[in-house]
Amino acid sequence: MSQTVAMIVNGRPVSVTADDPQMPLLYALRNDLGLTGPHYGCGLAQCGACTVHVEGEAVRSCSLPLAAAAGKRITTLEGLGTPERPHPVQAAFIAEQAVQCGYCTNGMIMEAAAFLAKNPRPTEAQVRQALAGNICRCGTHPRVVAAVLRAATRG
Amino acid sequence: MDGMIERRGFLKAAAAGGGMLVAFALGGAPRGARAWAEKPVATDEVDSFLAIDGEGRVTVYSGKVDLGTGVRTGLAQIAAEELDVPLARVAVVEGDTALTPDQGPTYGSLSIQNGGVQLRQAAATARQALLREAAQRLGVPAEGLRIEEGVVIAPDGRRASYGELVGGKAFRLKLDANAPIKPPEARRIVGRAVPRLDIPDKVFGTFRYVHDFRLPGMLHGRPVRPPALGATALAVDEASVRGIPGVVRVVHQGAFVGVVAETEWAAIRAAGELRVRWSDWAGLPEQARLWEHVRATPVAQRQVTSERGDPAAAIAAAPRKLSATYDFPIHTHGSMGPSCAVAEFRDGRLTVWSASQATHNLRKQLALMLGMPVEQVRCIYMEGSGCYGRNGHEDAAADAALLARAVGRPVRVQWMRADEHGWDPKGPPTLVDLRAGLDAEGRVVGWESEAFIPKGAGGNVDLAAAELAGLPRESQINPGNIIHNLATPYAFPAVRTVCHRLETTPFRPSWIRTPGRMQNTYANEAFLDELAAAAGADPIEYRLRYLPADDRRGREVLERVARLAGWQTRPSPQRERGGEVLRGRGVSYCKYELTRTYVAAVAEVEVNRRTGEIRVTRFLCTHDCGQIINPDGVKAQVEGNVIHTLSRTLKEELTFDRRAVTSLDWASYPVIGFPEVPEIVVELIDRPNERPWGAGEPTAAVVPSAVSNAVFDATGVRLRSVPFTPAKFRAAAAERGA
Repeated sequence: MSQTVAMIVNGRPVSVTADDPQMPLLYALRNDLGLTGPHYGCGLAQCGACTVHVEGEAVRSCSLPLAAAAGKRITTLEGLGTPERPHPVQAAFIAEQAVQCGYCTNGMIMEAAAFLAKNPRPTEAQVRQALAGNICRCGTHPRVVAAVLRAATRG
Repeated sequence: MDGMIERRGFLKAAAAGGGMLVAFALGGAPRGARAWAEKPVATDEVDSFLAIDGEGRVTVYSGKVDLGTGVRTGLAQIAAEELDVPLARVAVVEGDTALTPDQGPTYGSLSIQNGGVQLRQAAATARQALLREAAQRLGVPAEGLRIEEGVVIAPDGRRASYGELVGGKAFRLKLDANAPIKPPEARRIVGRAVPRLDIPDKVFGTFRYVHDFRLPGMLHGRPVRPPALGATALAVDEASVRGIPGVVRVVHQGAFVGVVAETEWAAIRAAGELRVRWSDWAGLPEQARLWEHVRATPVAQRQVTSERGDPAAAIAAAPRKLSATYDFPIHTHGSMGPSCAVAEFRDGRLTVWSASQATHNLRKQLALMLGMPVEQVRCIYMEGSGCYGRNGHEDAAADAALLARAVGRPVRVQWMRADEHGWDPKGPPTLVDLRAGLDAEGRVVGWESEAFIPKGAGGNVDLAAAELAGLPRESQINPGNIIHNLATPYAFPAVRTVCHRLETTPFRPSWIRTPGRMQNTYANEAFLDELAAAAGADPIEYRLRYLPADDRRGREVLERVARLAGWQTRPSPQRERGGEVLRGRGVSYCKYELTRTYVAAVAEVEVNRRTGEIRVTRFLCTHDCGQIINPDGVKAQVEGNVIHTLSRTLKEELTFDRRAVTSLDWASYPVIGFPEVPEIVVELIDRPNERPWGAGEPTAAVVPSAVSNAVFDATGVRLRSVPFTPAKFRAAAAERGA
């Protein structure tokens, strides 16, 4: 049975109707709300490309049923910051040129932003550990670590 | 103006293919078909590469595409430099068969070396034409004119902008090989670490990947691949998915099965729940006996890639003989984003949006598969996830085309993770046997190698859908130009290097970053290290002994990497044997394809000799690719090569049973993660007076051998089988009795 789920996405109340409420949140964001910052990478919560914030926590939207997002405050990469008002992690990714293909970048930034919110002055080892579950195939790792440390210093 | 005439539609074509692609798509205007051939695309015409509009904005048309490497920025820099316009005024249209020249696939580290150089010549030709036109209009000699930010200025201060001179018109000029290129001292944009054009959009979530592309009325498709590579679908039970709301069609032809639905989630559910009766097939070799299988595969051709003297006789007569076999496993590209494409048939013509690295080739392959004239197929590049070679993007395009034809509406196909890991074409298994003889002083008297690698070259990889559906295809295998770098850069007195080109290989092969050059360099550089150790020589000194004296650039990268790493001159292995964790360093060197980019590297490792765990702590690299267009872009490529190839060296290996791939996700195909990535130190050698060479691949070539050599230096244990897992180390150590 189709179900309508109401959420707050990037500060705005929205509702999405889905035939299957078990549909992962990722598809509602990308296809119903046009928010393509989060990417499908594996559908298995293994790679991190789909990461969003749910009530401030980094969550893999490929594995969270839409129904479980009902009433929650969701932030996507688009809602984290804008070119005019970038989140410190976004600004740091630009400053460090910490992107190649960029398909994993959403997950790196969202994971790092949630991590820094809890641990604003991490060591390099802590940053590496915080991102241990995020995969990048282009090999941007050193720049990503530098960007997160830069954001921590300036954030 | 002479050579510049009005061309209606020229700018329209530019708009349809460039930054306005998304607006055009969302607006739904059916312009694809009309834009088919609105501008020249021949590689000898300026208009194929460049257009300048009335406001002086430059559009670059590039057959080479940005696969996430940043080359788009480099190409824009080249055009802006030669035309003397601000970088912000340059837009790049990539890989659109109706708009961009066919400059060959984006592979082989050739985008700057070939594509950029062609573009540079087109821009230089255009600059000359603009100066001529301005001279005529202003009534002064061209020699006295100067250009600032797209405005030609006469000595008396009168000005003529590019927009006034050429805006909206074609150049109608052939590329002039003699048009002067700016000398190094005049360059202001090229050679600088200009920030990449795409990064802000990627960081704010506004970049449009092919995965994000949508058409009005578009449906979502998913292929349903067989559980065994050679199985065919005997029966498809459409009723099994009828209960899923939104399912539009089940498509079945031979072994090709796919579902189409109104929503993406419905397509995913239907693909998962569709009941198909597949035939039995178990034609893959046993993985545990892969190398026996490779050796037993019929040889199609023997290719001698270098020959000098009589190495067999020299080795037979040598007081010391060494031999070893190096193997490199089957790899998947493992792109972060599974392959994706959108296909639309309209008025009998097909348009495909794809992240293909070779849209001009894909167009021909799709036309062949579908029985359509090539002119009625258009392929438009949109960036996808990094591919590192021919991954599944072309196959997803073929899936989308077959499904779109079946339903008569545009169809978007995105593979699932298991499709990508299971069905992208694979880097083939590589086996290299080496033999050498040393004289009493440890000098190499003969070197022989034999590589066992599949036949084929850098042609097309057949489309999976064509193969599965039994539709026309080229029926070739093409693993890339994998014979390169089996011949060594060293001046040994007697040499013979041979490639046994095999008739078949277990999986549909293709190229993955540095195909062949990496596997062959791995075998050569590790075996050379074995010889240096046998000779009691320092590994860098031993290499320099055999590098030709006149190859100064090769010697320089080696000498500089020694300084960069604080290299201590001594033979390997090191003598410290205390403690559980041993430290070592290893060197490697490559002259890419023996004709271009030079790379040298030092890997520093820690090996836990009890667990066999190898940790690369630092990786240092010197890199000479001639003229550097964007130093930070080159550095990022070097870093990426190191990390990607460390992942391949230490962790990656496709697993399979007799039916299909079994490493279908990131848990079963582990890759390198943040805690394992070493410190990377890169020293670029810029040569502004030389031609620019490629940087997308060469560094990968030196990584596996540098690690093997470092592990040997630390422990005395030689690793000859990638990946260098703890189990492999323990086995090699046990065999050696260490």
